[in-house]
Amino acid sequence: MSFPWAQEYKPQGAVSKWVDERLPLPRLVYNAVGAGYPVPRNLNYFWNFGVLAGVALVIQIITGVILAMHYYASVDGAFNSVEHIMRDVNSGWFIRYAHMNGASFFFIVVYIHIFRGLFYGSYKAPREMIWLLGVTIFLLMMATAFMGYVLPWGQMSFWGAQVITGFFSAIPVVGEPLRQWLLGGFAPDQAALNRFFSLHYLMPFVIAGVIILHIWALHIPGSSNPTGVSVKGEQDTVPFHPYYTAKDGFGLGIFLIFFVAVTFFAPNMLGHPDNYIPANPLSTPAHIVPEWYFLPFYAILKAFTVDFSIPFTGIVIIEAKLMGVLAMFGSILLLFFLPWLDTSPVRSGHYRPLFRKFFWFGLIPCIVLLTYCGGKPPYTQWVILSQIAAAYYFIHFLIILPIVSRIERPLPLPNSITEAVTGKPLETAAA
Amino acid sequence: MSTVKKTKGTGKKPVKAPKASVAAAVKADKATSGGIAGENQGVENNGQSSGVRRRDFIHIATVSFAGVGAAAVAMPLVSQMSASADVLALASIEVDVAAIQPGQSIKTSWRKQPVFIRNLTAAEVEEANKVDVGGLRDPQTLAERTKPGKENWLITLGVCTHLGCVPLGAAAGEVKGEYGGYFCPCHGSHYDTAARIRKGPAPTNLVVPEFAFISDTVVKIG
Repeated sequence: MSFPWAQEYKPQGAVSKWVDERLPLPRLVYNAVGAGYPVPRNLNYFWNFGVLAGVALVIQIITGVILAMHYYASVDGAFNSVEHIMRDVNSGWFIRYAHMNGASFFFIVVYIHIFRGLFYGSYKAPREMIWLLGVTIFLLMMATAFMGYVLPWGQMSFWGAQVITGFFSAIPVVGEPLRQWLLGGFAPDQAALNRFFSLHYLMPFVIAGVIILHIWALHIPGSSNPTGVSVKGEQDTVPFHPYYTAKDGFGLGIFLIFFVAVTFFAPNMLGHPDNYIPANPLSTPAHIVPEWYFLPFYAILKAFTVDFSIPFTGIVIIEAKLMGVLAMFGSILLLFFLPWLDTSPVRSGHYRPLFRKFFWFGLIPCIVLLTYCGGKPPYTQWVILSQIAAAYYFIHFLIILPIVSRIERPLPLPNSITEAVTGKPLETAAA
Repeated sequence: MSTVKKTKGTGKKPVKAPKASVAAAVKADKATSGGIAGENQGVENNGQSSGVRRRDFIHIATVSFAGVGAAAVAMPLVSQMSASADVLALASIEVDVAAIQPGQSIKTSWRKQPVFIRNLTAAEVEEANKVDVGGLRDPQTLAERTKPGKENWLITLGVCTHLGCVPLGAAAGEVKGEYGGYFCPCHGSHYDTAARIRKGPAPTNLVVPEFAFISDTVVKIG
């Protein structure tokens, strides 16, 4: 699909023509990220982060494939092979630090990308499928990142694997057999490490596949924009190339400055020092924390400390452990229903005064608080704060958002993107 | 099959319709194959159920065969994930507990999991027995968790039943939690002197593995 005014690919020269007739791959690229894809003219820098996420994935795949040439997936050798990469392999330290921090930057970029979607209502019709695929990519990313973190077989790797696979043991009846099936044993060991390595290598390519679907789905309605007003005419758009290739290129430069700054000057800033201690199955670190990007979800997990039971009877309906696990997965699965929870026809938060208040003063502080509490030990004050924040998270999406969508009176929308940008109506704004 | 009309072996696609729209289906059938013999006559007619062609049987048989084959192939693909023979073959272990004084405990490893062997003091045994069992999350008495005459020997897996961390309290100087037993630092589960869950997110008591005293001082786990 494209808008009728999209530029058509015209192969130059005999070779291009010959290729185009047999395999129109250049045509596909031209229509996907070239001059053949008309994009709203008013995109701000938040719209850079899709491309940046794609670049982050490519960085992870390239550095990851190289690391796999030197890494050794064995409980006796894994830790040492990572140290071998750091100390002995030529430029190994750089490749490994780039991969390690690349994961963090991938999540930073994706979180901003999701933030963009949440604020500007990018998940609304007709873009629900893009959103659903995006949440799927996010879940796949989390699984991939978790398995990657296990591979160095340090203390946090081992105990992270123990805790995360422990989630499955919360499931009634089949939980413990399922956990043993996933691990290939009674505790994380050689079998688990080997299969995590295999899957960690596979998953990025699965993610790349879903990204292709994500972009395919995006190209049906075309990109959204900060006003949330649909494209109405040719004046509302500019070709992706050169306009947004240039804008994304600039954003990419800024992104890479941050990325290399951390990789070169503070490579362990985002990691945990305990992972430089070899895994010891007989000793749990005093305080297990996941990587920073999992902290909000970890806080939700820890927020459930009391069984859900019928009052005064002591009959337990759901154990605290299962509740925590369900809530943690639920907090992400919830996002799949977002397009139908937020029923307001207005997309952009700019034109939704009430939505905006709950977004900035409710949801964002709540997620910041969850991230903070997730990194804290399970002392009473942090548990209570996590409980409040976790409760708000669910209330925000399940109660506040549907009600706000009904009672809110949105601000008047511009008639068109062009009018919002130039102040002139669409028809008269021509050149 | 009752909703499928016969098309008189013309090789045309059978017209399918729910019972409610039989009339419409009959109409359509007449239009395509010039009339039908009757709704339920097909079975008696020529030994075939009405409207089912021999080719349908081949289709179903082929797809079923391929489906069963795919399922059969999937079985080893799934079962390879389960614990392998060498993992399952980990033998039971024997531990000499003679050197463990009352109030002391040791950590050992069984099936790649830590095991705590604790020699409870008289005070700890008394404290465990004083607890009202009915009010516990996972009601068990100390006697149920130990061997007769050896109530002071508490042997449990050192694996928190919440998410599998190793609780503190077995080694000297470690925090024993609010109930004097074990404390899991990961998510704050407190276990008492019988290693029963008393506070925090863990659903059950620390697991007591199968064990037996093969002499006064040697215990066999597994």
